[in-house]
Amino acid sequence: MFEYAPAPESRDVVGIRPSYGLFIDGEFVDGTGTPFKTVNPASEEVLAEVATASPDDVDRAVRAARKAFGGWSALPGSERAKYLFRIARIIQERSRELAVLESLDNGKPIRESRDVDLPLVAAHFFYYAGWADKLGYAGYGADPRPVGVAGQVIPWNFPLLMLAWKIAPALACGNTVVLKPAETTPLTALLFAEICRQADLPPGVVNIVTGAGETGAAVVNHPDVDKVAFTGSTEVGRQIARSVAGSGKKVTLELGGKAANIVFEDAALDQAVEGIVNGIFFNQGHVCCAGSRLLVQESIEAELLDALKRRLGTLRLGDPLDKNTDIGAINSAAQLARIRELSDLGEAEGAERWSPPCALPDKGFWFPPTIFTGVAQSHRIAREEVFGPVLSVLTFRTPAEAVEKANNTPFGLSAGVWTEKGSRILWMASKLRAGVVWANTFNRFDPTSPFGGYKESGYGREGGRHGLEAYLDV
Amino acid sequence: MAEPELTRSGAAGPELTESGAAEAEPTRSGVTEPARLAVRKTYKLYIGGAFPRSESGRSYPVTSSEGDFLANASKASRKDARDAVTAARKAFGGWSGATPYNRGQILYRVAEMLESRRAQFAAELAATGTADPGRVVDAAVDRLVWYAGWSDKIAAVAGSANPVAGPYFNLSSPEPTGVVAVVAPDEPLLGLVSTVAPVIVTGNTCVVIASERAPLPSITLAEVLATSDLPGGVVNVLTGSVREIAPWLAAHMDVNAIDLAGVADEGLAVACEEAAAENLKRVLRPAGAADWFADPGTRRLTAFLETKTVWHPTAV
Repeated sequence: MFEYAPAPESRDVVGIRPSYGLFIDGEFVDGTGTPFKTVNPASEEVLAEVATASPDDVDRAVRAARKAFGGWSALPGSERAKYLFRIARIIQERSRELAVLESLDNGKPIRESRDVDLPLVAAHFFYYAGWADKLGYAGYGADPRPVGVAGQVIPWNFPLLMLAWKIAPALACGNTVVLKPAETTPLTALLFAEICRQADLPPGVVNIVTGAGETGAAVVNHPDVDKVAFTGSTEVGRQIARSVAGSGKKVTLELGGKAANIVFEDAALDQAVEGIVNGIFFNQGHVCCAGSRLLVQESIEAELLDALKRRLGTLRLGDPLDKNTDIGAINSAAQLARIRELSDLGEAEGAERWSPPCALPDKGFWFPPTIFTGVAQSHRIAREEVFGPVLSVLTFRTPAEAVEKANNTPFGLSAGVWTEKGSRILWMASKLRAGVVWANTFNRFDPTSPFGGYKESGYGREGGRHGLEAYLDV
Repeated sequence: MAEPELTRSGAAGPELTESGAAEAEPTRSGVTEPARLAVRKTYKLYIGGAFPRSESGRSYPVTSSEGDFLANASKASRKDARDAVTAARKAFGGWSGATPYNRGQILYRVAEMLESRRAQFAAELAATGTADPGRVVDAAVDRLVWYAGWSDKIAAVAGSANPVAGPYFNLSSPEPTGVVAVVAPDEPLLGLVSTVAPVIVTGNTCVVIASERAPLPSITLAEVLATSDLPGGVVNVLTGSVREIAPWLAAHMDVNAIDLAGVADEGLAVACEEAAAENLKRVLRPAGAADWFADPGTRRLTAFLETKTVWHPTAV
């Protein structure tokens, strides 16, 4: 067999500063909280020191956003559109730099940040740029108004992509924003702030405040924030829903998932295996819509598992900046501990654990691709979101049983169906209680396409015409 | 034994004119001729297509705007609320799976049945002090007809075919969110119809808390629903204390959404919103002093719809 030679992407395209401030009213300013360090999860190297925004800093950011709102919302949509097009172009021009920085700070393979995240980030700004001067045609009345100041809190799994999902529609609709990136992945958001300056975006239209949960809570609970958008865990989503009760704030929540990826005996097996791998091992499984429960028809269980294990043996884990890497680093020590805990519990509860032979680097946070077989629906690994490269395998006999098992979860974000029979796809798609159903594919995203959950996976939709509603006063 | 008292025969008596106003009360026709005693209606709950009393055995007196006793309404308990949610959940599969055409037909049938009982509703509304009750009944009938027509159109308005950048078929369609709890406004017929029709026409099932002050027309509406081909459990009507029942429904883990239209007390609304956060219910906040005669638009329809996006490769 041939071995792969290392093919690392150069870090030279990125200049990381030793420390970063907050981005408020078009300027980088110091935060008054205790600064924190952001590390490269693949090496534990400290990348930079980042400011923590105290509630006072958040207040300054919200006031800047409020001040900017009048002018920004009064701009003709066609002018707002041009700003968004500009931002999209700059993202394309600086995409390599952004991709490298994203992989450094997040630990995801450069292949994914370069080929998936960044093209989608630019596409989101292009897509919503085009809406800015067409809002009257979106089906929300002839002259829909922006909501005001949007407070947005995003997770660490897709730092730039989630920023784009939040900021692009908000600005297109005429809102101004205060965005808090996750504390483990703040760097690309701060680079985005620089892009806003390059685009000559008016000061205060976009404000970036960094920090941990307390900073996020200050954004969400600020009385002058009109709209709250959150992507993250169901538990935090619940807290946010509770904390904004009675405030009249508009809220959208994009929360956890426990997606079933359902494979029928007539499925194209090789394609299904690729889809399962993409479904759960993409971005180390740090995906809210990850296909973390494989439901396989009993008749093909052995055959499918053999093929899946064979395929897992070919995955390459290691340096996220290596262009041949399939599986990068776990984003943080805390997340690694959580994945370990739930996996150990899987074994303790009687499921059988399997990983391909896989050497883990000495430094950094790593977890091998892992499959659990013999999983019962009552097992915690089948019920809770692991948010890591851990797949639980369950079986079914009939389509009705597949639907029953797939829906047997409080979550309802996504689902996958693999079968060559069209009528079965459509029947399954109509029965599955999930916001996205991928048939004979998985983990597809597009700015034109609404995304969001049923049940405890949250409410509201992002993407497409539907994504505008959250940012319009309707 | 005391001589039986001759009373107003309640709202459902036959001695009502077309306009809904009660005619002069029957008078005693003399000591020798015994008067006919009116048969009063026992107003019960409406759960799973049946009309049970509250399992708690509780009731509360409902009076007219002049303070006259009208009837004892059932005072629903927590168990009744749970039973109603169970009935609504059970009905959800069938109702959400019915074709929109079918659902539209049934809503129109509800309008027909309501129209045919126009006089009765007008009389009941008049007893609660509603001004111009005939206009209210007309508006309720018209509202049902309006929503009936939405059943097979909302998907075209709220759905989309998404032109994604790749070889994929990609379609977003609205789907009902599930079991919806409705705190109906204190407008016992028009308010109830205006909040329930948009919930069910899109395929949801619901548990409704009727106007606490004037529950009788709401329960009579349940009789209309029961005779309108609407499957049992699609609409469940509870009467009783809003303050008591609403927080139970807001906290119920098998309720997917809540419409707080009829919650006037701000503290109660906040408590319900907080309880609803537990399983991330969709919350439609109190409308304030809503004009239920105004064009409702599509807001109440889309508030209880999810959007499902289905992808499939198109490459051969």
